[in-house]
Amino acid sequence: MGRSEKIQDAVILVAGVLAIWQCLYLAIGNSALTSPAETISKLIGLLSFDWFWADVLESLRAMVVAAVLVVVFGVVFGVLLGLHRLSGSVAEPVLATLYALPKVSLYPVVLLIFGLTVSARIAFGVMHGIIPVMLFTMSATANVHPVLVRSARVMHLPLRRVVANVVLPAAVPGIITGLRIGISVTILGVLIGDMFASKKGLGFRLMNAIGNNDTPTIMAIALLLSVFALTVNYLLVLLATERRLRAAR
Amino acid sequence: MMAATKPLVSSIAAPSQQGSSNALAHVEVEKVVKIFRGAKKTADVHALGPVDFSIRRGEFFAVVGPSGCGKSTLLDVMAGLSRPTAGKVVFEGSQVLGSVPSGIGAVFQDDASFYWLDVSENIAFGLRQNGTDPEEVRRRLDYAISFMGLHDFAKAHPAQLSCGMRQRMCIARTLVMQPRLILLDEPFGALDQQTRLLMGEELLRLWRETGASILLITHSLDEATMLADRIGVMSARPGRFIDIITTGWPRERTSEIVSDPQFGAINAHIWTLLRKESLLSMRGQQGSAENRG
Amino acid sequence: MSDAGWIRLAVIAAAVLALELACRLGYVDAFTVIAPSQMAAALINVLTSRELLIEISASLLKVAVAVSASVTAGIVIGIVLHPMKRVRRIVDPLLSSYYALPLFAFYPLFIVLLGVGAASIILMGFVTALGAMVLSTLDGLDQIPQVLTKVGRMHQMGPIASMLRLQLPAAAPYVLAGGRLAIAYAFIGVIASEFILSGQGLGFEIGFAYNSFDTRMMYGLILFILLLVIVLNLVLHAWDDRLRLRRRPVRD
Repeated sequence: MGRSEKIQDAVILVAGVLAIWQCLYLAIGNSALTSPAETISKLIGLLSFDWFWADVLESLRAMVVAAVLVVVFGVVFGVLLGLHRLSGSVAEPVLATLYALPKVSLYPVVLLIFGLTVSARIAFGVMHGIIPVMLFTMSATANVHPVLVRSARVMHLPLRRVVANVVLPAAVPGIITGLRIGISVTILGVLIGDMFASKKGLGFRLMNAIGNNDTPTIMAIALLLSVFALTVNYLLVLLATERRLRAAR
Repeated sequence: MMAATKPLVSSIAAPSQQGSSNALAHVEVEKVVKIFRGAKKTADVHALGPVDFSIRRGEFFAVVGPSGCGKSTLLDVMAGLSRPTAGKVVFEGSQVLGSVPSGIGAVFQDDASFYWLDVSENIAFGLRQNGTDPEEVRRRLDYAISFMGLHDFAKAHPAQLSCGMRQRMCIARTLVMQPRLILLDEPFGALDQQTRLLMGEELLRLWRETGASILLITHSLDEATMLADRIGVMSARPGRFIDIITTGWPRERTSEIVSDPQFGAINAHIWTLLRKESLLSMRGQQGSAENRG
Repeated sequence: MSDAGWIRLAVIAAAVLALELACRLGYVDAFTVIAPSQMAAALINVLTSRELLIEISASLLKVAVAVSASVTAGIVIGIVLHPMKRVRRIVDPLLSSYYALPLFAFYPLFIVLLGVGAASIILMGFVTALGAMVLSTLDGLDQIPQVLTKVGRMHQMGPIASMLRLQLPAAAPYVLAGGRLAIAYAFIGVIASEFILSGQGLGFEIGFAYNSFDTRMMYGLILFILLLVIVLNLVLHAWDDRLRLRRRPVRD
């Protein structure tokens, strides 16, 4: 598919979303929504304030730390569980159950353990993201086609080389999919942490605005968050489809 | 032979010996061409034709050719699954255009088992679709199951069967519809050689029992030579018939026909024609312009 | 039970035992985490408390409504969207990033529209589950082998017959997997919104217990949710196993 077609598609998508937004606004009215134009101008206005930037950076810091923790520990543990079949099958149902558990129910526990600190917010993020990363990494590592491993061993490669040079590269696409999902929900987790565990950060601002019934601010922050989340997701998708990282099939 | 059960089709005139001149053409393919239009920046693909031949009623016609020469496209056009870019297909006097006429059945190379149904439900699928009377469904189902040797697996699911059995199930599913023309697109492609030979014999048995006309597409020369009354040898893409060979085999043949001295001669002749085409196909080049239909 | 199962049981039992000891011996502050035995006692309290059970069933009812709505809507949207190649291509970035979006940021919108009641909570559960359902339905329809469509045409099936008797049954395992995800997501959506902004329901009760420093009640409720999720997972897994035979045969 040509680049111009991709750009065309993206433009149509954005235009479509804006159009539907505008129609909803006209149908529902000022109390619940603000129009695209108003929202964007409100956002631009907010971005000119220092205190708003302070909030943004506050959230961003926690997100980055949480994301790094999720990536490092999630991938390392995921690979180990994927390589060692028995540990993997022991752990898998537990991880799957935790994945389906509403993390919301664990928030009070996190708050009790960490208090209202930045660590709590980072913990929220890690709590959300580490499980999908581990699950996907585990699955990708374990599902590397046996014929690849056999071929490597026939070439007399020592075990650690087999893992590092064959298994891991082959598992990369699956791992990256897991990272995509994991990092996305880590961002959301930190945001929710902002909402409950903090007097700073974007989530806090959002809760504030909800309390004040400040619809324009609510919409502006929601817009900023959405755009940010979609951008991060898109960058990770680009990473996933990067030619060198794609498994040859 | 199944003496106790009725044959499936009793209304078709018994196919006369090969070479008889009063057998009517069952299906005629007249100067059919198929070109696939390319998307924006890709070239059009001239996949097939012009192809011009006909199949007599009750005849077993095989098509051999190198990979990618358009054999499957030919089947699609004859079945009504695909419209020809030029030319036409006439089946039992009416043109085949865009939809599948009743009386034509097809078995494909890919596993087409309905994996959510068991074997009986799979086979009876078409009949139940048409609202056929349950008594009749039962009768035909029982016949097809015993004919294809699937009795022990009637309640099993496709996931529990081997590839060969699944393919037999798909053949049975086509069989119960009592098609007068059966199109087979490399139905035994996924099977091993020994199974293929036995399945070939089953196909002959089927052919004799039903009296249907058969078009078999295969890349196996042995299979074509063993099974067919006539063999169309197709060139590399765009597929056109280089030659159509008559084998002259008796109707009551089995896989043991391979020991007939004619067998080797016919095979050798086909390979002489095909070898060049296969090389062209392997190198991605165009097929020969020779055309004898 | 398999070896892995026994090991798992042993590991979990060891962890619970370790926590129990740590709490009893005072290594863990009782305001933060209570001993597992006390959690179990609190759970029993929860299960025998009439008022709580009423709240819980109210929550579960909301989840059920959200699931039914999202499954139906998801399948319909999936069926309608599936053949529209261009539209799918355009919408794809949005669909695949569905769960990266801060869906909870739209909760205030729902409240303004539907008030602070069950309706907005159900809507939140619905929206959270819908993405998974649509994606699973599309996935299921996508994986149908092309040859099956050909067979459908050989049997002269029209588009409706084809959808009902061929495509939906062929896509069923994926659609059902989507249903399982929908249940999980609807549950998350409902509990989360009850927690954030609500005066009733299971999610609210947990938040209330936390705010009232009623640690026991809080852990009892959390344990209840955990058990609920485990039981639900087991049931759905067993059901899934029964349908194993009806899956597409795996070619070697």
